Amino acid sequence: MIVVEGVRFTYSGGVEALRDVSLTVKDGEFVAIMGQNGAGKTTLVKHFNGLLKPSKGTVRIDGVETTKTSIAKLSRTVGFVFQNPDHQLFSETVEEEIAFALKNFGFEEEVIQKQITWALNLLSLTQYRKTSPFMLSGGERKRVALASVLAWDPQILIMDEPTIGQDHEQKEKLRQFIVQLQAQEKTVVIVTHDVEFVAECNPRVVLMKEGKIVADGKGKDILTNLEALAQSSIVLPQIAQIFTQLAPLGLSRNVIDIYEAKDILLQAWGRRRT
Amino acid sequence: MFVAAILFGSILPLTALFLMQFPFVFLARVQRQWLRSLRGALFLAVFIFFTNFIFSFINAGYVIIASNVEFAVFFLTTSPDLLGLALEESHVPYEFSFAFTTAVRFVPVLAEEAQTIMDAQKARGLELEKGNFMKRIRNYIPVLIPLIVSAIRRSLELAEAMESRAWGATKKRTNLYGLTLHKGDFVLLGITMAILVVAFYVLLFVPVPTLTKLFL
Amino acid sequence: MAVIETRNLSYTYPGATKPSISDVSLKVEKGDFVLITGPSGCGKTTLCRCFNGLIPHFYQGELKGEITVAEKDVTKHQTHEMAKHVGLVFQNPENQLFALSIEKDVAFGLENLGFSREEMRKRVDWALNLTGIYDLRERSPHEVSGGQQQRVAIASVLAMQPEIIVLDEPTSFLDPLSAEKIFQVIHELNQTLGITVVLVEHRLDLTARYANHIIIMDEGKVCSDGGTREILCAEETRIIGVGIPKATLLYKLLGNEGMNLGDVTPLSSDEMAKLLLEAFGRR
Repeated sequence: MIVVEGVRFTYSGGVEALRDVSLTVKDGEFVAIMGQNGAGKTTLVKHFNGLLKPSKGTVRIDGVETTKTSIAKLSRTVGFVFQNPDHQLFSETVEEEIAFALKNFGFEEEVIQKQITWALNLLSLTQYRKTSPFMLSGGERKRVALASVLAWDPQILIMDEPTIGQDHEQKEKLRQFIVQLQAQEKTVVIVTHDVEFVAECNPRVVLMKEGKIVADGKGKDILTNLEALAQSSIVLPQIAQIFTQLAPLGLSRNVIDIYEAKDILLQAWGRRRT
Repeated sequence: MFVAAILFGSILPLTALFLMQFPFVFLARVQRQWLRSLRGALFLAVFIFFTNFIFSFINAGYVIIASNVEFAVFFLTTSPDLLGLALEESHVPYEFSFAFTTAVRFVPVLAEEAQTIMDAQKARGLELEKGNFMKRIRNYIPVLIPLIVSAIRRSLELAEAMESRAWGATKKRTNLYGLTLHKGDFVLLGITMAILVVAFYVLLFVPVPTLTKLFL
Repeated sequence: MAVIETRNLSYTYPGATKPSISDVSLKVEKGDFVLITGPSGCGKTTLCRCFNGLIPHFYQGELKGEITVAEKDVTKHQTHEMAKHVGLVFQNPENQLFALSIEKDVAFGLENLGFSREEMRKRVDWALNLTGIYDLRERSPHEVSGGQQQRVAIASVLAMQPEIIVLDEPTSFLDPLSAEKIFQVIHELNQTLGITVVLVEHRLDLTARYANHIIIMDEGKVCSDGGTREILCAEETRIIGVGIPKATLLYKLLGNEGMNLGDVTPLSSDEMAKLLLEAFGRR
């Protein structure tokens, strides 16, 4: 469980990136943190594994204050997948890449081997076990980075802009993967500005603006809240855009899913005809 | 002035030179840009300095060369705009002045990237501070390799962009800006020459105490 | 009049075992706004680099077939020659700007071509104004946002006044709002200056509405090539795995269930909303 209480954070350059942020993420939740560039999203999540420590206030992971422990210890519980996989990859083989963190955390050799096999399988990378990560395509490298974090089975997984540069298929696979993780009761936090992706996943959405949380609720409600979105300079998802303009038809505005939209429209259509 | 910096491998004279830069920077009114580039360079310089510090226990000779380079970089970035323009105007082949200004332009980018890479690896349990000196050096491999790979990839992308904007079209490149030499510049030039002469004299004839000798 | 024409174009990178693009034949007319899309690895980036000569001149490798851009055989003209006619904007905003000030970056191409200072000044200011970044001209490229950086990249290509501008996933790293602004700038350039635009993108929900021509690629080959509305509505397109705009998909889903909204496929939420209002209004 992640508990953030009254956190303020100022970068050494003097920029106040977080202004009195409080947030609780329960075990097993799926949260999307959204907001404009500079709103403080990445700054906030970097507090979850201790990369950043609050200037004021506290951040507690499973009851332990992040200032009272090390990044390495926190990372055992909180896995962080960075936006650019090339900022992590350095090994000669995918296998070694995945083993890196496991060795750092002091796992035993047999456990390491087991975990590597498991992680490779999970992300369909088994055939690349002995391949150099630098020879893989962009999408494959992203999966290797993800595998190397999942390998130590952290309870909480943070992903910073996981959909950048991904095509439609890859995003769909990612969405399904997150569903899988949720089934394993893992806590998933993503930082993203991809509204369409969030609309398809429909997680809890936390909206940030200028270092503060301005909205927090179910994806469906937040992503159809014109005011909140306009404030944080976020674009409405396509389906919501359509339904906002259908006000004269008296249909619900609270729609982000395409299949739900279809059903609502067909129902209304059926009613009109009779 | 940076020629003088290259001549000295130790901290004291370099600090003196560094402080002497201040009046010129203000005169040229580039203090804002100077401070900006300084911030970027500072991190990189600290980073390089730290790794060199570790190496220093292995090979003293290496230190001199290494710290020369690092301080040269440090000074190179203090007034990049003027220096870059001066280089272009002084009939140095364009490739060199371009390489120089591009390197300088990317110092803050590289510094940020180095920080991000360190964060990413720390998040995988890498503890940079742990272990004996050999271990500490090895700890930096997961940081250096992505940095180098990224630098290579970046160079490729830059080369593509340059080619796509007609790099190499003519031998005689023109320039959007012109740098005209004013009287003040000649004065500056004169003072710089004087400093160089003094620096040479000191290097050759005056024993300069090293930092360790001063404090031990 | 075709500004880009390829015939059976195939290309293999040096050291690669199979070609990145095979047998690509396409035509782009003057003034077109072409969208090129397809799953990752389909060859769209490779194709872009053929348009301005990076392939074959920069990348070497094996190029087969014919390619004519701005009435020039690309294989016979160096990249710096092609640069006068085709501008290329890349995916990563940071790595295509190298000067210490934005206006110097915009002038870069002109400096390479040996323009006079007065002419450069004129063109640089013109390009900065067209892309809405005139006020940023003295700033360092690193200081500005990704969206602004991409506008600098566009301006620096625009300054050379090419007939064609090719953009390879220019908004990959940008948030949707900044991305929309970039697409609007490109759309303006296409409409007011008549510049032919070739845009490689995944984000069809933001771009389909501007394109009159779409080419879908998969595994190095062209799968579909034609008018945006027909292609995006076709079943094959959905199967390939392209991210069809939600408005278009909804239109299709409703059509499949008997709710006919007319013949014109919507490409944006506005168009879809209008269709729906009309349909309901009629009854």
